[in-house]
Amino acid sequence: MNWQIHLPALLIAVPLLGAFAAPAFANRRLRDVWFTVMIAATTVIAFLLWRRVGAEGIVVYVMGGENWHLTLPSGMRLPIRIIMEVDAFSAFMALSGSIVSFAGAIFSLRFLDRTTGGEKFVALYFLLTAGMLGMETTGDLFNFFVFLEIASVASYGLIAFWRNTPEAIEASFKYMLLSTIAALMVLIGVGILYGRYGALNMAAIAKSMQLGLPEKVALALFVAALAMKCGAVPLHMWVPDAYSQAPAGISCFLVSVSQASLYGLFRISFSVYGRALDTPAVAWIIIVFGILSMFIAVVMAVIQKEVKRLMAYHAVSQTGYMLLGVGVGLLALAHPQAMSEYGFTAMQGGIFHIINHAMYKGLLFLTAGSIFYASGTLDLNRLGGLARNMPYTTVMFVVSAAAIAGLPPVNGFVSKLLVYESSFAVHPILTVMALVTSILTLASFVKVFQSAFLGPARARFSEVREVPRSMLVGMTVLLVAILWLSFMPTWSLSRLVGPAAQALVDQAGYIEAVMGSGL
Amino acid sequence: MNPLSLIVRTVCNVFAWFMVIFGAYIIVHGHLSPGGGFQGGAVVATFIAFLLVAHGGKRLLGWVKEGLFSAVESTGLLIFLGAGLFGISTTFFYNFLAKKGGLFGSVVPLGSNTGVLNSSGTIALMNLAVGLEVVAGLSLIIVYMFKGIRLELDREEESHDR
Repeated sequence: MNWQIHLPALLIAVPLLGAFAAPAFANRRLRDVWFTVMIAATTVIAFLLWRRVGAEGIVVYVMGGENWHLTLPSGMRLPIRIIMEVDAFSAFMALSGSIVSFAGAIFSLRFLDRTTGGEKFVALYFLLTAGMLGMETTGDLFNFFVFLEIASVASYGLIAFWRNTPEAIEASFKYMLLSTIAALMVLIGVGILYGRYGALNMAAIAKSMQLGLPEKVALALFVAALAMKCGAVPLHMWVPDAYSQAPAGISCFLVSVSQASLYGLFRISFSVYGRALDTPAVAWIIIVFGILSMFIAVVMAVIQKEVKRLMAYHAVSQTGYMLLGVGVGLLALAHPQAMSEYGFTAMQGGIFHIINHAMYKGLLFLTAGSIFYASGTLDLNRLGGLARNMPYTTVMFVVSAAAIAGLPPVNGFVSKLLVYESSFAVHPILTVMALVTSILTLASFVKVFQSAFLGPARARFSEVREVPRSMLVGMTVLLVAILWLSFMPTWSLSRLVGPAAQALVDQAGYIEAVMGSGL
Repeated sequence: MNPLSLIVRTVCNVFAWFMVIFGAYIIVHGHLSPGGGFQGGAVVATFIAFLLVAHGGKRLLGWVKEGLFSAVESTGLLIFLGAGLFGISTTFFYNFLAKKGGLFGSVVPLGSNTGVLNSSGTIALMNLAVGLEVVAGLSLIIVYMFKGIRLELDREEESHDR
C-alpha cells in the first residue's frame, strides 16, 4: 500500500521522535545532525502532504482505526476516534510553518554554541514544531486543545531559554499566565460544544450546529482565547516581551506558532460555525481586532529603540492584515454575490499575507539575531555602520524590510494590495487605516536600516564579522521563499493561496470528508 | 531544606515505599480502574518529595542521578511513540497487540466481569511507558525546583537535629 496515506500521522510522529530522542545526543556534532535531519524530514513530509492535498482534495486520517479512512465505523452516527483532517488551508499552514521551522533550526545550530543546554533546546524545538503542526492538521477540537498546550508549554521553556536574564523569565511568565487563561477558555468552549452535541470532531459538530446561547458563549470563548494567542490588540501585551527575549531562531519560529492560533480562529469561525452564523457580529469583531492591531501596534513600533522589540510590535501589526482580510471574507460568507465581488479576494489577501508574513518576519528576526550575534547589542542608539562588515545580512534585511513595508515587487505588496482593494468595498476607512499602517511600517524600517546598517563605521564594531555560514544558510532558506513568492505571484495565488481560501469557504466539503454525504 | 527529626525520617523510610507500590498499582491498572500512567507516575514521584522533606536536600542530591532520570524519561517517551509507530502498517496508534494472546493480549469475556489485567493491548504498554516518563520527569522537576530554591537563597544548609 502507498505509504503516503500515513503522511498526516508522520507529520506529528517525526517531530515527536526528534524531541524524545534529543536528550540522548550529548555529543554536539551528532545532535546537530539529528536536529537538521529530523527537521528537514518534517519539512519534506509537510511538502508531500501539501502536494497530495492539492492533487486529491481533503485528506483524512483516522488515528488507531482499523482503516485510515474509516471515519464512521459501521453503525455509528458520530466519529469516535481522533481524526486528522487536512484540507488545502491546513496543508498550506503546515507547509508555511515547517519551512520557517527548518530555517529557524538551521540558524540556531551555531547560535547556540555560546550556551549550554543545547539538547533541551532541540527537544523543546521539536515539541513546538509538533504542537504547531498538530494544531494545523487536526480535525478534532479536544485534540486541538492538546496540541495548543504542547506548543504553549514548549514555548514557555524556549522563551526563557536565556534564564540568566530576568527579562526573559518575566516574558516567559507573562506568556505562561496568558496562555493558560487562553487554553482554559478554549477547553471550556470545547466542553460546552461537547455537552451540546456529544462530539468533539469539528466536522460532526459543524454538521449539527444550531446557533443558540451555549454555542454563542463557546464561540466568544474561542475568539477571545485564540485572538489572545495570536497576539491581536488589545490582547497583545505578551508579544513584544516574548518575541524580543527569546533566542532569534525561536522568535522567528514563534511567529508561525502564533499563526497556528490564527488558523484555529479561522477554522472554528469558518468550518465549525460557518453558515450557522446568522449575524455579521463575529466578522466585525475580527475586523475590528484587525484594525486595532494594525494601527496601535505600528504606532508602538515606530517609537521603539530595540530592534527585536520593534519587530515584535510589527508582528502584531501585520497579524491585523490577516484578521482584516479573512474577517472581510467572513462578513461576505453568507452573501454569494458579495463573496464573488470582494470577499474571496479579501480572503486570498489575508491568507497570502499569512505565508508572506511568516517568511519575511522570520527573516527579519533572524537578521536581528545576526546583528546581536555579531555585535552583542540590539540598541539602535549604539548600532551603526554594520553594512560594511556584514554585507549578506544587510541584503537579507533590505529584502525582508521591503517585503514587510509592502514595496513592489516584493511579496508583501501583493497580499497587501489584495486586502486594500477588497476591504474598500466594505468601508473606505478600513483601507485608509491599512494604508497608513503600511506607511508607518516603512518609516520604522527605514529608521532601523539607517541606524543599524548605514552611517559611519563605529570604532567599537571594527572587529565585527559576518555571521557563520550555517546561520546564513538558515536565512537564505527564507530569502529564497520570499523571492519565490515575489516573482511567482500568479503561481502562488492559483496553486498555493487560492485552494486554501477555497477550502476555508467550502464548509460543506469539510463536513462531507468526515461525515459522508448521507445522514 | 534541612533534615527533619529521627522520628520523621524513620516513618518516611517505611512509608515512602507504600507510595511507590500504590503508584505502581495505579499505573498497571490504568486500563481497568481510574487513573493510569500519569496519575500513578505522579504518586510514585512523591517518593522523591518524601525523601527531600525528611532527609534534606543535601543527602537527596547525593542519591539522585539526574542523567539516569533523564534517560528513563526519554525511554518512556520513546516506548510510547514506538508503540504508536509499530501499528503503522494499519494506522498510526493501531492497537496491534489486542486479542493476540501473550502478555497484553488476553481476550475479555462478554458480559459483566471484574476486568482482565492483561487485556487491552498497547494501552497497558503505553500506560507503563507514560508511567516511566512521569516518574522520572516529576522527580527531576522536584530536584530542579529544589536546586532553584538553593540558588535563590544562596546559603549553606545547616541541620538542627544532630
